[in-house]
Amino acid sequence: MRTTFSIATALILAAGTGLAQDSNSLSIEGEPMVTEVAAPAHMENVDTIYSGWRFRSQETQALETDDFENPAMVFVDKGIDLFDKVEGSEGKACSSCHEDVADFAGLRTTLPRVEDGELVTMENLVNECRTERMGAEPWKWSGGQMTAVTALIGLQSRGMPVNVAIDGEAAPFWEKGKELYYTKVGQLQMACSNCHEDNYGVMIRADHLSQGQINGFPTYRLKNAKLNSAHGRFKGCMKNIRATPYKEGGEEFLALELYLASRGQGLSVETPSVRN
Amino acid sequence: MKHASLFGLIAALGATTALAEVVAPTKVMFDEGVVAASLTGVAGDAAEGRKVFANRKQGNCLACHANSDLSEESFHGEVAPMLDGVADRWNEAELRGIVANAKMTFEDTMMPAFYIDSGYVRPLEGFDGQSILTAQQVEDVVAYLMTLKEE
Ligand code: HEC
Ligand code: HEC
Repeated sequence: MRTTFSIATALILAAGTGLAQDSNSLSIEGEPMVTEVAAPAHMENVDTIYSGWRFRSQETQALETDDFENPAMVFVDKGIDLFDKVEGSEGKACSSCHEDVADFAGLRTTLPRVEDGELVTMENLVNECRTERMGAEPWKWSGGQMTAVTALIGLQSRGMPVNVAIDGEAAPFWEKGKELYYTKVGQLQMACSNCHEDNYGVMIRADHLSQGQINGFPTYRLKNAKLNSAHGRFKGCMKNIRATPYKEGGEEFLALELYLASRGQGLSVETPSVRN
Repeated sequence: MKHASLFGLIAALGATTALAEVVAPTKVMFDEGVVAASLTGVAGDAAEGRKVFANRKQGNCLACHANSDLSEESFHGEVAPMLDGVADRWNEAELRGIVANAKMTFEDTMMPAFYIDSGYVRPLEGFDGQSILTAQQVEDVVAYLMTLKEE
């Protein structure tokens, strides 16, 4: 009798808490987003990939559906001002060369990518314009100016599917990123995969683990009330397992970014997303 | 003569404490995952172990394991098996092995080894050369786990 009872309780518990991702569908400003899609062939241990949005509470989810509610949009507005701001020795603003920011539609879906043998992502492209074409100082990788502008540019691809190249010249970078993803680091001896591949959908203490997708970056986090870069997030996860993070913008995090982007192939860009 | 024996007694006591010296993380003797000998020679304190189990900066076992005995704590993890009745499944020596280094019992487990102090990859500054728990904390946690019986 007692055994029957505890088995029944266990089943109820499993049904109640074991709910992985929810079944909500996301539309932003009325435009439907893909938050669930078959995993790309290169992922051996996962069948379906999900946006991090699917793991958040209803209140947090709601903030992303409407641009008036989305707290990230204040920062996107700052990005618009920065885009038009003349800076540096050449007397130019971003908008001097890029008349309409909407022309960047699609760019986010393809980054990071290889240029002249080097893996580069949005932050590199922005700083290259600043230093090479504007004669201005580079922005800090995860600073407020950089995240405002990368959010503005990323937003132009919102709703488009992530589609990074992982073959050809990108292959060695991708391999390196994959290796980092599965390497156990820190005093707690954990890999990204332990939390985001083996255990997504379950609670780790107070946190509901997602697949650690990056289709929504930069992300507004309720926790720190600002935009957060993908590399900033990687850094935070590494510190939580008591590991020394790699450098933001360094080759390891760039490779990891490419690998993570490739684990999200086909998900809609949600930039700027809202998370807790 | 009387004095001499008194000194002899003190010396013997001293020897006992010396015997009870803490086993260093690299010196723990595992036999198929099992650690028979106490790491400190001092009996574990179950009440203390209960605190270490819940404390986010110490064991933080609750991050992964649910445990009904700690129902006053909110947020129990779902990553690992629930620990209700764990003492019915494992004996003290086995539990000591699991807490000290679970990788000796469960191959490639995600559970951190709580009593090693080397072999870390890129440990955060200040944590290199340090075990997550002290030897006595391991003994305290094991004493606490031994109280989790259902039968
Ligand atoms: C100990 C568990 C753990 C490990 C290990 C871990 N993370 Fe996380 N990560 C979390 C938690 C908890 C969150 C917040 C909830 C969520 O989105 O999963 C998170 C969030 C993220 C997010 C944000 C997802 C979103 O939708 O906004 C990314 C990206 C991420 N992690 C990447 C990584 C990478 C890369 C690594 C390895 C360097 C890593 N994580 C290692 C626990 C972990
Ligand atoms: C990051 C996750 C994690 C943390 C933190 C963790 N464990 Fe575990 N533990 C596991 C997993 C996963 C297993 C199952 C073994 C396996 O990997 O197959 C396990 C197994 C066990 C078992 C055997 C359970 C059984 O019912 O057979 C015991 C006992 C145990 N853990 C105790 C602890 C204690 C005590 C702590 C804290 C000092 C702790 N664990 C912290 C993940 C964790």
